[in-house]
Amino acid sequence: MSEGASFRTYFEVEGEDRSRLGAQVGEQRRRVAARLAEIRNVVAVMSGKGGVGKSYLTAALALGLARRLTRGVGVVDADLKSPTVARLLGAAGPLALSPEGVRPALGNENIRVISTDFLLADGRPLRWREPEHERFVWRGALEAGVLREFLADVAWGPLELLVIDLPPGADGVADVAELAPSLKGAVSVTLPTDESYQSVRRAMASAQDAGIRLLGVIENMSGYRCPSCGSTEPLFPGSAGSRLAEDFGVPLLAQVPFSAGAVEVPSGLLDRFLETLA
Amino acid sequence: MKFLCVNCDEQMTFQERREPGDGTFAAAFTCARCGHTIALLANPMESQLVRSLGVEIGGRTLDPEPMALVRENVVGRADAFAAASSTPQSATRNLQSPPTWSPEAIDRLARVPSFVRGMVRKIYADYAAERGIAEITPAVMDQARADLGLEGM
Repeated sequence: MSEGASFRTYFEVEGEDRSRLGAQVGEQRRRVAARLAEIRNVVAVMSGKGGVGKSYLTAALALGLARRLTRGVGVVDADLKSPTVARLLGAAGPLALSPEGVRPALGNENIRVISTDFLLADGRPLRWREPEHERFVWRGALEAGVLREFLADVAWGPLELLVIDLPPGADGVADVAELAPSLKGAVSVTLPTDESYQSVRRAMASAQDAGIRLLGVIENMSGYRCPSCGSTEPLFPGSAGSRLAEDFGVPLLAQVPFSAGAVEVPSGLLDRFLETLA
Repeated sequence: MKFLCVNCDEQMTFQERREPGDGTFAAAFTCARCGHTIALLANPMESQLVRSLGVEIGGRTLDPEPMALVRENVVGRADAFAAASSTPQSATRNLQSPPTWSPEAIDRLARVPSFVRGMVRKIYADYAAERGIAEITPAVMDQARADLGLEGM
């Protein structure tokens, strides 16, 4: 190159990229696609707001469908920093390393589960082995990498449904859709309140902007069911579930009263969910 | 990422990568025409950023182990992973399948410089497979080093 001449662009320099970074990222995507090819439906459960009972409803959905579907159900706990769904499903480690990949833990109804809960010591937060400084630069990439490995490196086997329990926030579902283009859609969970409505609406709009199909809304804690007489009394003010369903033109899949007991499958949820998925 | 020899206006080829210490990552690229070699030196944060993507500059010689990123980066419980043979779901494990690695052996392998890690992994895997060892543990690695005269590895 003569002095003063301008550099060529990346694409003008012929030949394959010798750093092979792009090729490896492409290979990672192929591994995810190959693993998910055996799974008929991949669905995310999301909410813009924390504490709405997303993991509880993920567990309820998985349990109910595992009893109905013969081909099997799996759950990915994508809430890496605050994993709860594995315990709700009765799944525990250690995880088995096998030639075909990491074997998922088995929960109730033989639901296959992967979660950071199996990796972390009780009461300890998610921490990374590498330098503590400038974590903000690489932490997001690592978290996405863990989720990618949860999808690609777990020997899920053939499944009817894989449910991904996302952390609270608006962007998680778009990240999943990028990792797993076969994602069929997302179910949104809200409380009845106006605060929850505002937060979940943003998350649903974000998903819609990313081209993700919205499968429906579940309103959780829609009242309190008296364990003695069975009657349901109001718990929170508002009707966020029906408002969100109307705003986005999607079904209200269930209104679930608060229950202090074991995971219960809300009445009507499974039928409506399967209808939406069809 | 492409490396261009400015004098020859030619894309340089990947030569080798090393981790010389202090968290530094080094990758060398050479011009096939004039032989000029350059080294890319990345600081610990930059090294971690590349590692976080689950990729290696210059490409991999072997497929990554399942959940390599998780196992190498998450500070977690020592017994998070176990060989398939020691877990309840393992009753049907195929004994002809390649040996598995215990978490402690994986940690030890991770300390081997990355540019020879693939070769070292293969040596231990071959050693175990030839002897019908189902799981590679640090003790198996020590035995392999003694038997094969690899005390420096």
